[in-house]
Amino acid sequence: MRYAETGFNLEVDLTRGNIERVATDPRDTAHYLGGLGTNARLMWDRVPPEVGPFSPENLLVFGTGLLAGTPAPGSNRTIVSSISPQTRLFAFSMMGGFWGPELKHAGYDKVVLRGKSPRLVYLWIHDDKVELREAEHFRGLGTLETAELIRQELGQPLAQVASIGLAGENRVFFASIEQGRSSASRQGLGAIMGDKNLKAIAVRGTKDLYIARPAEFMAHCNAALAYIEHREKNPITNVMPIMAGLGSPQEMRVHDEQWHTENFVWGNARHRRKGFWTQDIAAQWTDTMEKMRTRLLSCHNCPLKCGAAISVDTRICSYMMKCFSKLTYTMGAMSDLEFGLKIAQKATEHGVDAFSAPQTMAFAIELHEAGILTDADMAGWPPDPEGRFYWLLDHIVRREGIGDVLADGTHWAAERIGKGAMAYAHNNIKKHEQLPLKLGMLNPIYFLMYSTGEKINITQIEGNFPQQPFETRAEREAFVKDWEHVPDERFKQWFVEWEQRGEKSIPNYPPVDATCEIVHWQEMLHYIDDSVGLCAGLSSFPYKPPYHLHNLPSIISTGAGLELDEEGLKHVIRRIRTLVRATNIRRGMRRKDDKPPDDHWKKRFPELEAKLLDRYYAFKGWNADGIPTRATLHELGLDFVAEELTVRGILKDGDEAASAPAASAAATARSAP
Amino acid sequence: MRRADGKTVKTIKIDVAKCNGCRACEVICAAFHAKPQYSSTNPARSRIRVIRDQVADLYLPVYAGEYTAAECAGRDKYVIDGREYEECAFCRASCPSRDVFKEPDSDLPLKCDMCESDPTLAEPLCVKWCLADALVFEEREVEVDKAAAIDDVDLGLRALAHVHGWQKVKDALRRLGGAGNEG
Repeated sequence: MRYAETGFNLEVDLTRGNIERVATDPRDTAHYLGGLGTNARLMWDRVPPEVGPFSPENLLVFGTGLLAGTPAPGSNRTIVSSISPQTRLFAFSMMGGFWGPELKHAGYDKVVLRGKSPRLVYLWIHDDKVELREAEHFRGLGTLETAELIRQELGQPLAQVASIGLAGENRVFFASIEQGRSSASRQGLGAIMGDKNLKAIAVRGTKDLYIARPAEFMAHCNAALAYIEHREKNPITNVMPIMAGLGSPQEMRVHDEQWHTENFVWGNARHRRKGFWTQDIAAQWTDTMEKMRTRLLSCHNCPLKCGAAISVDTRICSYMMKCFSKLTYTMGAMSDLEFGLKIAQKATEHGVDAFSAPQTMAFAIELHEAGILTDADMAGWPPDPEGRFYWLLDHIVRREGIGDVLADGTHWAAERIGKGAMAYAHNNIKKHEQLPLKLGMLNPIYFLMYSTGEKINITQIEGNFPQQPFETRAEREAFVKDWEHVPDERFKQWFVEWEQRGEKSIPNYPPVDATCEIVHWQEMLHYIDDSVGLCAGLSSFPYKPPYHLHNLPSIISTGAGLELDEEGLKHVIRRIRTLVRATNIRRGMRRKDDKPPDDHWKKRFPELEAKLLDRYYAFKGWNADGIPTRATLHELGLDFVAEELTVRGILKDGDEAASAPAASAAATARSAP
Repeated sequence: MRRADGKTVKTIKIDVAKCNGCRACEVICAAFHAKPQYSSTNPARSRIRVIRDQVADLYLPVYAGEYTAAECAGRDKYVIDGREYEECAFCRASCPSRDVFKEPDSDLPLKCDMCESDPTLAEPLCVKWCLADALVFEEREVEVDKAAAIDDVDLGLRALAHVHGWQKVKDALRRLGGAGNEG
């Protein structure tokens, strides 16, 4: 008997059209939970570093989180894993919505796709009946359009559909997989799906999902719900309005965008516009949002309303949007909100990532201004920035002319264009476009998160610890009063002591060791979410969420029938984190790659930064080059990883010496009261 | 116990505009009615369904009502605020024309029981779990026309007479009364 999960994966060989239902090993659940954890194990076992993103041997895994589909509020996440065309590293983009729970009810935890279909097809999963169906008649169609037509074709209005648009079909390196109000957008997984000639996966499930210890589990669910109600009534003060509540930043609900428009940078992540948010702009943008936003929307079994139906034409809902995609096109094109919401409709139908796509288009405009791209390259484009964005989007998703170059994202495009273009691909980490943000003084916590976050996206590692200190000590003391979420009391002390100016301010405070622990804690929560399928918006991302380190072990245990206490969960998460690290290390990633965009901060401190990385690696049990040590791998039951890294000459005798003393120092710090 | 002059009607007020389409109502309904309670969940077994169509912006929670053996002959469409609701959208019936409000494995009909349980819950769980307040529980008293009300015993006797005929029922009553069973 399996609880919370089904115990079966669907293995689909697209080359041969073979589909198998495969029982999974319950020990894998105990060792890696589900979602990201078990995806990582599959990728380690079956996708060696010789396999490139567009090789038939590359896997595309849709892995539901261990608790996805249970009554735990917000348990709806699917982690999509593959090798990214852009970073060439292990990608694990996450999507919410309704698809994951539907797959569980159909009787599967994961869909594991390999090979390449000779024709464009879609996968239809209806409980025990699973088939590959012709999709040539959907070629070129939009993501939502395709989903709707598939539901009609099947006569299944309740089917949930994850699909790609033109961008995915044409292997645009930042193509997304769209799924109604949600998407797996980052790292170009839509391109992998397109390369495999898979237009969509439609699923309908009507089976039961079991709970191991119902009474205890439901007590947790009810407590989470009550806490969400409490937090909604008691927003956190001292932070920007979009961050005061739970969920992802409340961009659809809150109109005040002063913080983003004045602190984030416009164009190709260049221009800071202080004083932009005037009363006129506020009134105009509020009016736009009120007119175009027709409803606030939730994901499966979640009371938060992070998404919205947006109307750009006569339809009440032309597409669905969430979070910061509200502003990325507006700010990239230096335009207004109405333009941003309108072009996002086309971009969503084509299926592109709302971070990388506008950044790449703004990059092209800058290259043209600099004379690196010529009028000949841009033959036929309109004179206005808005028109140029539409023109660029169209050329990119069709891979026409210069669009074919830009479709590889800023890094690879710059490499192909040459002529100094690389200096304009300035906002990347590991070749992947980042949030448009440029700041003054280096923040040690953010330095480590930007450098080492292997999801390569700051929002997927930051979270529970405030982004900056509050103005007064009294405010900070008030904040920590009901801060039960922290691993221990020291975290409260670090925050209370943290000043905006003076001795105990960035970059020298929090101290290096405290910084390591703060980053480790925040990252750990994201890895828990990605493995159990809880939304980060109720757990790792916002301040004071309903789920945290102290109740998650019992929630997971009572739901899935495991025996995890806090230490046990931490151990499992360290195992997953280390396996992800090892997978990328095996693909060539090293310390040299662990860095933020060069211009992220004006004031940098090379010595401090080196020390931060040294101590953090040691704290994680990695050597000075960021490679997990044999001792660490052994402690985590990952000897098979150590063996392979040794055979491949990546782990050598003596490599670990440097990190050993620091590692034991970190262990002592962890056990301190 | 039922009151002679009135009764309490349990109502769920559905505000369609407030529904965010999260389907928590379906999840908790299915879990509550699972046997053993909360041992599983499955929205396909839920006695409330959010009739939904993201592209048409339809989010309409509907409760399972009576079973009917036959489909309707004629059907309607509703257009409300520009949203077109399908022919069966507002219907509560478990009926042959669609697969909602039926147990997925046996096709047996499902019906909302307002989370009837002992002890009685303060409100049905779909309402409790709807933090958007699209579902609001209301109890109201309604007058019952005494003259029109049929007594339970009357109803029982009429049913017996329908099956066995009045004469047999009368004979039986006489027999039972004569035995002095009233004690």
